[in-house]
Amino acid sequence: MTELPSDKQHAIRLEGEKAYPGECCGFLLGVFEATGPRHIVDILPMCNARETEAQHNRFLIAPVDFMRAERHARAAGLEIVGFYHSHPDHPALPSDYDREQALPFYCYIIVSVNKAKAEGLTGWSLSPDRAHFNQEF
Amino acid sequence: MSVTILIPTALRSFADGQVEVMVEGDTAGNALEAFTKHYPDIRQHLYDENNSLRSFVNVYIGEKNIKNAHGLATALRDGDTLMLVPAIAGGTRAL
Repeated sequence: MTELPSDKQHAIRLEGEKAYPGECCGFLLGVFEATGPRHIVDILPMCNARETEAQHNRFLIAPVDFMRAERHARAAGLEIVGFYHSHPDHPALPSDYDREQALPFYCYIIVSVNKAKAEGLTGWSLSPDRAHFNQEF
Repeated sequence: MSVTILIPTALRSFADGQVEVMVEGDTAGNALEAFTKHYPDIRQHLYDENNSLRSFVNVYIGEKNIKNAHGLATALRDGDTLMLVPAIAGGTRAL
């Protein structure tokens, strides 16, 4: 399970509103134990690397940004424990496309932004067989 | 030749918790084949149903992405380190 402090939840909502009508995206940085919950300590916003005309329904974090984020996290004594992105004018539910692109272990947070106003926020993790997402919150 | 594969946090549970493993291979593809043969549960996360490397999976040899070289045919040197780096993508259903 993942624990998301309310101030980080608020920060993700703001990121979603700032990026509207495009999708925002970024890293969830935190700590985890093999048998315990993941604690999200910070978020690291990223530029959506998709072309401008696709940003209303797609996001991409480039691999080079992943490597930089991993170095940033390690320097802070943290790890990448997941990612967040927004669904402009769509519910905070993972799409098939989200599932196809996902990896297990990580927490995937989705915030729904309707008409520039952040609404529902949900968190998911991929099942080990890649068949579905499990809702964490 | 022996090379090292660095495993991202997300996939370590499929590799007995290992952070890195040494495998034999003269190309990136051969090294990944050896790796997934040893840890078969990891394969579904690296390869799709057509046995192609998933589009979001990137393999770096040092600072070089093999997509910018010869892909899975990229030659390795003894002692090379391969890093598995995902590109993170998603979005709503509509195209």
